[in-house]
Amino acid sequence: MQTLVAYVENKPGVLNRVSSLARRLAINIDSLTVGPTENEEIARMTIVAHTDEKGAHRLEASLEKLVDVRLAENISDRALLERDLALIKVSADQQNRPHLMELIKVFRARVVDVAPESLIIEVSGAVEKIDGLLEVLRPFGVLEMARSGRISMTRGGDLLRPPVTAPSSELASAGTNLK
Amino acid sequence: MKLTGAEILCESLTRLGVREIFGYPGGAILPVYDALGKSKLHHVLVRHEQGATHMADGYARASGGVGVAMATSGPGATNMVTGIATAMLDSSPVVCITGQVSSKVLGSDAFQEIDITGITMPITKHNVVVSRAEDIARTIREAFVIASSGRPGPVLVDITKDAQQASAEFDWEASAPQLPPKRQRSNHDPAEFDRAVELLNSAKRPLILAGHGIMVSGAMRAFEQFVRAGSYPVAMTLLGIGCFPASDPLNLGMMGMHGEAWVNNAIQEADLLIAVGMRFDDRVTGDLRTYAKAARKIHIEIDRAEINKNVKVDAALVGDAREVLEKLMPYIVTRDHGAWIRHIAELKGDSAVRDIQSLPDTGHLYAAHVINDIWKETHGEAIVVTDVGQHQMWEAQYYHHNRPRTLITSGGLGTMGFALPAAIGAKFAKPDAEVWVVVGDGGFQMTMSELATIVQEKINIKIAIINNGFLGMVRQWQEFFYDKRYVATPLVAPDFAALANAFGIRGERITKRAEVVPVIRSARESAETVLIDFRVEQEDSVYPMVAAGASLSDMIRRPNSPLVETATEP
Repeated sequence: MQTLVAYVENKPGVLNRVSSLARRLAINIDSLTVGPTENEEIARMTIVAHTDEKGAHRLEASLEKLVDVRLAENISDRALLERDLALIKVSADQQNRPHLMELIKVFRARVVDVAPESLIIEVSGAVEKIDGLLEVLRPFGVLEMARSGRISMTRGGDLLRPPVTAPSSELASAGTNLK
Repeated sequence: MKLTGAEILCESLTRLGVREIFGYPGGAILPVYDALGKSKLHHVLVRHEQGATHMADGYARASGGVGVAMATSGPGATNMVTGIATAMLDSSPVVCITGQVSSKVLGSDAFQEIDITGITMPITKHNVVVSRAEDIARTIREAFVIASSGRPGPVLVDITKDAQQASAEFDWEASAPQLPPKRQRSNHDPAEFDRAVELLNSAKRPLILAGHGIMVSGAMRAFEQFVRAGSYPVAMTLLGIGCFPASDPLNLGMMGMHGEAWVNNAIQEADLLIAVGMRFDDRVTGDLRTYAKAARKIHIEIDRAEINKNVKVDAALVGDAREVLEKLMPYIVTRDHGAWIRHIAELKGDSAVRDIQSLPDTGHLYAAHVINDIWKETHGEAIVVTDVGQHQMWEAQYYHHNRPRTLITSGGLGTMGFALPAAIGAKFAKPDAEVWVVVGDGGFQMTMSELATIVQEKINIKIAIINNGFLGMVRQWQEFFYDKRYVATPLVAPDFAALANAFGIRGERITKRAEVVPVIRSARESAETVLIDFRVEQEDSVYPMVAAGASLSDMIRRPNSPLVETATEP
């Protein structure tokens, strides 16, 4: 599994270009999240792909060839903070509810919706933590689940910022048939 | 100045230096055609939109500039798909402009509406829908920049009909390209560069693999200096042919599936491969597990995504071929690789039977005779445009190109039907050049309707059909790998000379070797297009051949045949 971060133009069709590229390279995407950044023109993607280092290099370099991708970087071997968010609807009756609440506490998850027959649990954290909670909830009956997919950030001073400098002025004269 | 979107498009193309547009009109592009009629642009009416894209591609490859193709929405646009993919796989700068239904009905399955940007997303370098007149000038300028910069490729601009009709202020200065800023990667890491220099200066058996990228970057002079400095022997990819003179003793010829035996053997024996502007395509490497095991590899390549894709390299110099070669030059220690070059000459030895013209005339007409005679009669100076298949490989073997951009051929996609329209485009790019089409009887029948375009445009090209009555390369595979079960490869063709006549073109049919040179001379003397139907040996094969997926060392050689007196055995 490889993790890439990409800064892309925040406009329609870009997600399609990115996912179409992964499909063309026969790389299966495990999760892809996209959201706005502090700069409204730019969106940030975290792509978790089922591939090896070589495949990740190809994906990274091919992503950067897309006009709408400002930067793509394989951050798999860097010190990372990774987060996944899940909403889990689990069946809960009067009898097992206390036991459930205990587990939720252990996993530092929280209950965000209470109904007579079910609860919705919100949990965030590393993927393994959510998988772990899911495992222990399964015997109670998981009715529905929604996961956000992974977002990742390199730790500390290891900054990954989008390029925002204006394109060089030589572009204006490039690409003509005038010699 | 207020102009309609259609007028802005024509004005922008004119200002970008475009002279010809290859296209076909239709409802959703009609406003543009109306404006075209009032502009200085010359529109070449094709007979099928695939032809328009190949013409734009041929124009781009012959000129080094951007070729422009135009079509209407729906089927007009989808007919361009093969030509766009051809340009994509061979990194050719083509801008395709398609009409689109009005923005207010987009997505409603209107008449001739199709999502052409969706369809062409994986086969374009970039594509875009324009639905406002005021965005047209900037978008077209951006399309030209994208198509021609870095590793070139096709760009499609889909313009809605209402954007063509609406009026907007035309301000060229204000519509400069505004492409998203990109991370500037420092091209080569110094350690990588030092490693490359060390490899270059310590190699005993170096060999350059010269590709299309040399031509694209205009690196011919720098490349020649580099070759001389290190006295490196040079092997060519199919698309690299022409970037270094075939007449130069250091030019060994083409590598790969139908490369010369001594070239492939030299690759397998080399201790250093210097790949310049090429991408280790499977047709070049054969089985990767056995490819050039003795060699360290340096890869000079502008596209980072190509590094270590097929072949793991020891030093990767990412960048424009000319810049990298010029940067390397001062570090090259001049060397004499005499022993290695003499060894390659020995490898060549008995397989150097390329001069088939010295063979006794047994009455048989081989494709190789025809192509070799065209080479001699044109003094190797024609632009030759080929299709795909046996004739293409024979052209690469028997026509010796000394100048860049004189062999135009569909390499990556292998598109049958490419030659005739691409040659028309090449002729528009180089009106004073002698342009020859070398095409098989199969591929010619795919796009032969463009003969009408030749007549309508009154252009002068020479068409050599290498007619063997088979889809020859497929037949060859059936002969070698399917026990000669010739399924769907015997091919009925019209009388091509009579067909040419029907279009108003002079047609000739040649069946004997002695007739070849006279007909070529007579065709060259004509100021008009001449089509020559060469009826060649039906079941000849291209040798040597590395079977798909086989090792480069494992070549099928021409068997001893009574038809070919000089046949050699490995």
